[in-house]
Amino acid sequence: MSAQSRATADPRWVRVLLIGATLAFLGLFLFVPLVSVFVEAFRKGVVVYAKAITEENARSAIFLTLSVAALAVPLNAVFGVAAAWAIAKFSFKGKSLLLALIDLPFAVSPVVSGLVYVLLYGARGLFGDWLLEHDLQIIFAVPGMVLATVFVTFPFVARELIPLMQAQGNDQEYAALSLGASGWQTFRRVTLPNIKWALFYGIILCNARAMGEFGAVSVVSGHIRGQTNTLPLHVEVLYNEYNMAAAFACASILSVLGLVTLLLKTLIEWRAGLRRRTH
Amino acid sequence: MEQASTILRGGRPRSVLPGFGLSLGFTVTYLGLIVLFPLLMVFVKTSGMGWKGFWAAILTDRVLAACKLTFGLSLLAGLLNGVFGLLIAWVLCRYRFPGRRLLDASVDLPFAMPTAVAGIALTTLYAPNGWLGQFLVPLGVNVVFAPPGILLALVFIGLPFVVRTLQPVLEDLEVAQEEAAASLGATRWQTFRRVVLPQLVPALITGTTLAFARAVGEYGSVVFIAGNMPGKTEIVPLLIITKLEQYDYAGATALAALMLVISFALLLVINFLQRKTLVRRVA
Repeated sequence: MSAQSRATADPRWVRVLLIGATLAFLGLFLFVPLVSVFVEAFRKGVVVYAKAITEENARSAIFLTLSVAALAVPLNAVFGVAAAWAIAKFSFKGKSLLLALIDLPFAVSPVVSGLVYVLLYGARGLFGDWLLEHDLQIIFAVPGMVLATVFVTFPFVARELIPLMQAQGNDQEYAALSLGASGWQTFRRVTLPNIKWALFYGIILCNARAMGEFGAVSVVSGHIRGQTNTLPLHVEVLYNEYNMAAAFACASILSVLGLVTLLLKTLIEWRAGLRRRTH
Repeated sequence: MEQASTILRGGRPRSVLPGFGLSLGFTVTYLGLIVLFPLLMVFVKTSGMGWKGFWAAILTDRVLAACKLTFGLSLLAGLLNGVFGLLIAWVLCRYRFPGRRLLDASVDLPFAMPTAVAGIALTTLYAPNGWLGQFLVPLGVNVVFAPPGILLALVFIGLPFVVRTLQPVLEDLEVAQEEAAASLGATRWQTFRRVVLPQLVPALITGTTLAFARAVGEYGSVVFIAGNMPGKTEIVPLLIITKLEQYDYAGATALAALMLVISFALLLVINFLQRKTLVRRVA
């Protein structure tokens, strides 16, 4: 160790103390809760675990969670690409306002995110009578849950793509166009390969939130067992019934989803050199 | 789209790239339908109540107690996250030790973990017969169904904000400044306090504000551990749901409007702080 780096390095006892404190804090706050989910899930044995995640209500909850994410994530991915194309590739008035508005859903409480749709489409909402006349149901049904999920995961893809595409500039697209490529070809062959990792990154984060969302979906779901319970809501129902083994069994599936998300996210960060951002 | 082409005709250099009208038109329409119009409804409904009705819905003992609890504990959680976030960011950036990369990746766990899972896991851990509760309860420390439990959940979900805001700033810090301070005879602590810390302050405040903003609206991880006793351990998001379930739409909407105004104010503060941080880093 050179004299220079010794001057800016902390004393050994400080390093040991701070690393120890970090390990203790993260261990207590992150690892213990994570491990406890799996321990509680298997507390009554593998058979109870297997039964809990394969019984009918759990299966329908898993299916609903996957369906809601399968609708919400592509919608927000398409939006993210469109918003990034408009914002990064062109200059226009009101751009910073648009950027701020795209981030808005992150600032809104999940509960309020659900409530706004109740005010619009609920029985006493703005379109309540019209929906009733046409025998359509949005609130306490799947469409409302998709809407609420779209709202809470709205900015994920856009905010990954916009800074990246702004940094990349337009030169490559100009080159492609001047060589005779059509607009669509330029996007598909030039832009998309350049943004694919950031797009994937945004989609993964969007998906994790879509599948794990609790508050917003809870407001619009109506908690009808086997019909409008997503997996996180199913966990709540089981937990409130003191069916701990089953609640944690279902929670363990969601934890695995979280861990896989974290793994993929980290791999992309290492591979593509993306910088982590706060959400 | 009409507006977009007007802007283009307005003497700005027209980009040769296609798809401006389509992409901006879709962006604005989608944003309007999914986010802006629904949010606007909260304010339309609230304005229908009038100021008198609004304050009548807000100024009740139950609502005020929930506000005090939510904002007080969120502030405390934000500050705790500031302290622990600084510690963790410092250790992850400055020290090299086995398992550092794993630790770094795991900081995002609260983002990746569904809030309901965190909620039931924390509640079970700190319950009187839980792994940690069995040691705390005999000492008279009641976490579950009490304010400390809410605080615990809020610190959990806010943890990544400060760490992730501080890390890039710490990485970009000029070591030369610290070397200069050291060569001029400053102790390590003096160097940290007088040279390093002032440069971290904007990011530290930004991260703390982000954690605070998130905590104010948090529902999933808190609702299990809180106990939800009106006036004692009832947070604002839960009160909104309770009012909705009792068909008190006016009360729920007024509270939502209040929360939205506070969220937007926080968003403005955060944007301002982030711009300031950015300017400092570029300069």
